[in-house]
Amino acid sequence: MKIQIRKFYYGDIPEENAGGNELKTASSIPPLEAGEASWPLWEIFIRSKQGLDHKHVGSLHAADAAMAIENARDVYTRRQEGVSIWVVESKYITASNPEEACELYEPAADKIYRHPTFYSLPDAVNHM
Amino acid sequence: MNNFFTDYILHLADTTLILAQRNTEWCGHGPVLEQDIAITNISLDLIGQSRNFYQYAALLINQSTNQPINRLTDEDQLAYLRKEREFKNLLLVEQPNGDWGQTILRQYLFSQYQYLLFEQLQNSKDDQLAAITAKALKEIKYHLRWSSEWVIRLGDGTAESHNRMMNAIDELWRYTGEMFVPATYETQSAADQTGFDCALLKDSWLQKVKTVFTTATLPWPEKVFMQTGGKEGIHTEHLGFILAELQYVQRAYPNSTW
Repeated sequence: MKIQIRKFYYGDIPEENAGGNELKTASSIPPLEAGEASWPLWEIFIRSKQGLDHKHVGSLHAADAAMAIENARDVYTRRQEGVSIWVVESKYITASNPEEACELYEPAADKIYRHPTFYSLPDAVNHM
Repeated sequence: MNNFFTDYILHLADTTLILAQRNTEWCGHGPVLEQDIAITNISLDLIGQSRNFYQYAALLINQSTNQPINRLTDEDQLAYLRKEREFKNLLLVEQPNGDWGQTILRQYLFSQYQYLLFEQLQNSKDDQLAAITAKALKEIKYHLRWSSEWVIRLGDGTAESHNRMMNAIDELWRYTGEMFVPATYETQSAADQTGFDCALLKDSWLQKVKTVFTTATLPWPEKVFMQTGGKEGIHTEHLGFILAELQYVQRAYPNSTW
């Protein structure tokens, strides 16, 4: 039995250009128009302080990873927003399909017992 | 403080201001949004450096005994009310932007020079100059990294980008010699160890540029006649137009504030 898996991609990556797509062939990629921006899209994650997590801040175009870091530095850390930058090419991010939101997320809605709100805390426990 | 040292500070101020002004012409016109922001960020860095130098020059001028108390100068007057022949910037930085290749080559050739020079000036006997250049050095390190990567990217890119870099070299190389020919105020400042003899930077500059050009597969430029004069106020025809735009508001509406 052949199982078809359809991937959904984040951002403005056309499906035939996205990573991990087995169906990609050279002929399926349309040639770029003259003057069309051909740089891939990158997702940018910035850590604002030591000890905090990297947070997604946005995306930008760059020719390679080094340029993506520099562009991110210029675009997203001009006002001292960060101490560390991660970049990842957008095509490597697989996103969940918004149309499947009901089966993916709604079943959790009526299972409030999964929140740890039914325990009574001992008085000795602070900072919860 | 001596006049020659004030001239030296003004030379540093004018050079960074004029290059900043040139780079800002890209604002809103960069090849892609990200690089538009990058080049204007560099402009802002350079304007910041020039402000530090102008403020310091104004202080030196006001402290000198010749300056009447009712005619104190400030950074704005030095930037907006001096004439073309009073500007001491390098000829290289007043050259037109041309295409993106020419702009990034101009930035690279200058940043490489500025990096080597400021590396020395951070040890200046003059504390204020040492502090300004040490602070600027961190910015310049990034300008150098950004612009040298672009020279390599375009030089070693397509036939089109390679040709454009060759044209840019043709256009700009003749203005690089001036950087290493000291003006009188540079020699005097170097002698009392507040400045640095720029002629001593030439070999290491050539070596660094050669490495980048080789990586960029760009042939080493042939020996050409080197233009000089900018440091002494003798400029190419371009500076007048830059100043006309830069100084217009202050001259049309003197002392206006907003």
